Amino acid sequence: MSEPHYTLYHPRWYRRRVSVWWWLQNRSYTGFVLRELTSVFVAFFAVVYLWQLHAVAQGPDAYAQFLARLRTPRLLALDTVTFLFVLFHAITWFNLTPKAMVVRLRGKRVPDWVIVAQNYAAWLVLSGLVAFVLLRGR
Amino acid sequence: MMRRITPLLWLLFSAGGTVAALLFPVHLFLTGLAFPLGWLEAPSYESLHRLLMHPVTRLYLFVLISLPLFHWAHRFRYTLYDGLQLKHLTELIAVLCYGAALLGTAMTAYLLWTIS
Repeated sequence: MSEPHYTLYHPRWYRRRVSVWWWLQNRSYTGFVLRELTSVFVAFFAVVYLWQLHAVAQGPDAYAQFLARLRTPRLLALDTVTFLFVLFHAITWFNLTPKAMVVRLRGKRVPDWVIVAQNYAAWLVLSGLVAFVLLRGR
Repeated sequence: MMRRITPLLWLLFSAGGTVAALLFPVHLFLTGLAFPLGWLEAPSYESLHRLLMHPVTRLYLFVLISLPLFHWAHRFRYTLYDGLQLKHLTELIAVLCYGAALLGTAMTAYLLWTIS
């Protein structure tokens, strides 16, 4: 890969060592790192869904076993924490969209709150739709 | 090679972040909390299986699982660089993160393809 090549006897100037816990010193740094860490919980839930898919593919017994495993205290606790982090991800993601993507309509910039409101509206509609499909055929 | 696919990785990151933000809370609330705690009755095996027979459901599940995995791979990679100051392990971390996302994607595709 194309990493820059450093000469061997590069002068080493003084640099303050930064602690691995630098992000605990300031609230907005902590928020930043917590937001970055949401990805771990996003991945965890993707794996849970993959596991569910695997269970359904195996048959009724495997699916019943999957449901039983989800009822264990350890997974319930983990899922609760995961839910909080995923919510944090969703909220920060929706609120950041207008900063990452500037939309112009007839030469005028669409106000940030319109884009944020659209995100939340889409969230509401899609959540309702998913819940409807999953709860319909019990 | 890394430089050429960086735009694609960014695209996967933001697409996966959007999918996770819009759809994960409801799925997680139902599957992780409401069903196990008995607030709502979990869908029966038959109804889930019936849903999975539909190609739209399969496509939906592929997107729902795969894209957020790439979102994780991209974001977690930078979390490790910045948070734990592991800049010197760039290549190893990139291979592990994107490799895991690719593996998860392959498993999802295989299951969705072969389920009957």
